[in-house]
Amino acid sequence: MRFSPAHALVQGLTPFMRMGRKYGLEWWILVFGALIILAIVVMAMFPGFFAPFSPYDQNTGPQLAPPGDPHLMGTDNLQRDVWSRIVYGSQTILRVAVLAAVISSFTGIILGLISGFWGGLLDRTLSLVMDSLYVFPGLILAIAFAAMFGPGVINITLAVAVIYIPTYFRLVRGQTLSIKEELYVEAAKAIGASSSTILWKYIFPNVIATTVVVFTLNVADAIMIEAALTYLGLGLPPSIVDWGMDLAMGKKFLPSGQWWLITFPGAMISLLALGFTMLGEGLAEILNPRLLER
Amino acid sequence: MDTLIEVQNLIKHFPLQKGFIDNLLAKEKGVVKAVDGVSFSIAKGEVLGLVGESGCGKTTTGRLILRLLEPTSGDVFYSGRSIFSYSKKDMEKMRLKMQIIFQDPYASLSPRMTIGKAIGHPLEIHNHRNSGERKEICLRIMEKVGLTPASFLYRKYPHQLSGGQRQRVVIARALITNPDFVVADEPIAMADVSVRALILELMVRLKEEFDLTYLFITHDLATCKYICDRVAIMYLGKIVEIGPLKDVFKNPVHPYTATLLAAVPVPDPKFRRTQPIPKGEIPSPINPPPGCRFHPRCHAAKATCSVEEPRLVEVGQDHWVACSLESSASGQKPHLST
Amino acid sequence: MENILEIKDLNVQFPINIGTVRAVDGVSLDLERGEVMGLVGESGCGKSTLGFSILRLLRPPGMITGGRILFNDRDIVRMSTKEVLSIRGREIAMIFQDPLTSLNPLFRIGDQFIETILTHEKKMNRKSALNRAERMLESLGISSERLSEYPHQMSGGMRQRIMIGMGLILDPDLLIADEPTTSLDVVVEAQFLDLLADLCRKYNLTIILITHNLGNVAQLADRITVMYGGTIAEVGPAQSIFDNPLHPYSQGLLASIPNIKLDQPKLATMPGSPPDLVNPPPGCVFHPRCPKAMDICKAERPKEIRKDGRRVYCWLYG
Repeated sequence: MRFSPAHALVQGLTPFMRMGRKYGLEWWILVFGALIILAIVVMAMFPGFFAPFSPYDQNTGPQLAPPGDPHLMGTDNLQRDVWSRIVYGSQTILRVAVLAAVISSFTGIILGLISGFWGGLLDRTLSLVMDSLYVFPGLILAIAFAAMFGPGVINITLAVAVIYIPTYFRLVRGQTLSIKEELYVEAAKAIGASSSTILWKYIFPNVIATTVVVFTLNVADAIMIEAALTYLGLGLPPSIVDWGMDLAMGKKFLPSGQWWLITFPGAMISLLALGFTMLGEGLAEILNPRLLER
Repeated sequence: MDTLIEVQNLIKHFPLQKGFIDNLLAKEKGVVKAVDGVSFSIAKGEVLGLVGESGCGKTTTGRLILRLLEPTSGDVFYSGRSIFSYSKKDMEKMRLKMQIIFQDPYASLSPRMTIGKAIGHPLEIHNHRNSGERKEICLRIMEKVGLTPASFLYRKYPHQLSGGQRQRVVIARALITNPDFVVADEPIAMADVSVRALILELMVRLKEEFDLTYLFITHDLATCKYICDRVAIMYLGKIVEIGPLKDVFKNPVHPYTATLLAAVPVPDPKFRRTQPIPKGEIPSPINPPPGCRFHPRCHAAKATCSVEEPRLVEVGQDHWVACSLESSASGQKPHLST
Repeated sequence: MENILEIKDLNVQFPINIGTVRAVDGVSLDLERGEVMGLVGESGCGKSTLGFSILRLLRPPGMITGGRILFNDRDIVRMSTKEVLSIRGREIAMIFQDPLTSLNPLFRIGDQFIETILTHEKKMNRKSALNRAERMLESLGISSERLSEYPHQMSGGMRQRIMIGMGLILDPDLLIADEPTTSLDVVVEAQFLDLLADLCRKYNLTIILITHNLGNVAQLADRITVMYGGTIAEVGPAQSIFDNPLHPYSQGLLASIPNIKLDQPKLATMPGSPPDLVNPPPGCVFHPRCPKAMDICKAERPKEIRKDGRRVYCWLYG
């Protein structure tokens, strides 16, 4: 068999095509979302490779130049290259959004497990707190927390993280409550498993599948909220490159026809959020039937 | 033969949830009398069948014996010592010796655990040896129960196996700690007809090989024939007849036992039932009939049957029946519960 | 004895994502008027699918892909939906395994009866429909007070009897019973079978009893059809199949079920597992598990062979 790049490509693609045939549209949605995310992650990891200029460089070319050569996305009022700012901005947004989602999921899942498993007063108290938080629209809550915590990368990450904890909590607690009654948990008790073993080895693995989906949607949401917060001036200091910041700054130039300052950051925010949403939706469809396979 | 398990006057009542209004009106709380004074013993190496229809309390009894439930009153002795006297820690060690095989093999396995991990888990919990040795033991027991090729199936998940294989996984998990006593709760009820014989045969073989004692819970009298030495018939939370299988099947004394035996469908048209079956269904265990619980459906019921609850009396070699028609025949000595 | 139902070369398939499941594969069966036909086999053999196909009650993606089902000289497969609807309940009725889920929990029993009656008998009024329901319950040995109850207020056995009542209220000629006793206790099961036998005589009913319980079939059936892997293994009078099963699968099956009356020391076991219906084995679908498999069994599907008053699908006899 001759080895050729085309051959290798086909070999590599085959598992994808098989999955595609098996799961249909959802698989391709998942793949597409993953590709978008991958592209942006690569961009964030090797910014020097993609960005021709430094995002801070205030001397890259004429002021407010429209998109063209060499400024793919034009320049802003401080003569900075928009495209370079996009590239570097991806780092910020990924960091904040993903980190926020990680903190959110960790806290929410653990609290949900404990609350669902042990029940009693702890459960009732936590549920009350979580339900109260859950009632607020995410953005309002984030604004409140951001205002409370003050500016800074850490603070804004925390503000974004807190608002999603109730979602994980409710999901995991509900599942824990029902799984607790399953026969295999009773079987685990029968073989002498301690409560913590049951919680981590039996309940947790069966709960985690749905949380993966929530996680991806969480990130999508966090992206939007982070952008909104910086847009409102509540989040990051201006020295940090951020899409939401650029969106806010670019707003004033729209009436005078300089559309590229606001459009590109806006488009990127939407694109990244879309990528995560597609990933989440695709996963939801694919993981679910698997669970029902009997 | 030594007695391994002795059950004395075991009672389990489940309280019914009271509604808000009922609470206000201080209404009497109803209870489900699932197990209402059950006594028997199981000798080492024997298979006792616990037979009855739904609601008779057999499953609850099985769980009580393994202390998966706490009783309302009564006692269970394992090798002479009450299992309810054990501390939580000691009880966990006891679980090495007393195991259970559930009815639904799919529901009793965590869908997210490979079967290798599931089978080996009891060893892990009780800290037996390192993971390499555990895997060895696990593979060996998988071979013993017929889960071959073991190293291939080791990494599979429950949904990738057939029903018969899953039941073998449950059996392997129950036996990996070398228990003395196994409660089998309807182990073949959910298996396909052609798989049942295989599982039964496996259980008989394993009993010999591992020197096990079984409590075989089932609603199917026909299956009992192939594995049970003695059989106990339960009705609405009480034992109505208990004795050696051949005796009970040949000479059923209690009218309910006779009804059950007559009702079992025989796979041979020659044995078509010509006698009508007694009417009526099993009453609710919340309000069982007074006196003998079977009396409303019994063709031989007398006046005393609705008043007095009959005690178990001996009618043959180790063959006991709870029926006032029998105890009046001769003043017999009552059963071991008193 | 005329035939009330003739199934000819029926094929039912379920296209799913990994392939097409051949649930029923070339099944031909004749049903005589007034008989009880036991349709037996293990789960996945196609017996329930066959039962559902007769009334075209298959759940999508299941579909009849070939063959004919002749009922009183009309082909059910080719009928319009309207015609099928008028047959359901009125000429052919079906009762199911779990009465708790087949009876509507939100409606009283009486209302469910009346709805069934009035759907088909447009000229009746509520009162006469109610009367009919009462008379039906009487013949089932149930007090007519029960008509004002909800399904969850009754025991399992009673619900199953109500199910029969609903099935027979329009006086159908054929009753299909799909695993009707699986959820019942053994004594109630026996009562139920007695009731079925009684009703069969009283109303000159033809019954197809679909079950995996050979004991039930022995109690009630005149003839038996043994199915395996979507095909028929053998068909014949109940007694002769039990006494002398011809197909190796029937032999294995009968030898492996516990019989309380016999003195068998051990149960025979059948190695292997049911076939993959997406990719069934070539030739005879049972050959991988058959102790008597020959070369021809691996190559060609067995044809119908008539022997000893029965139909067998096995190369051993042809």
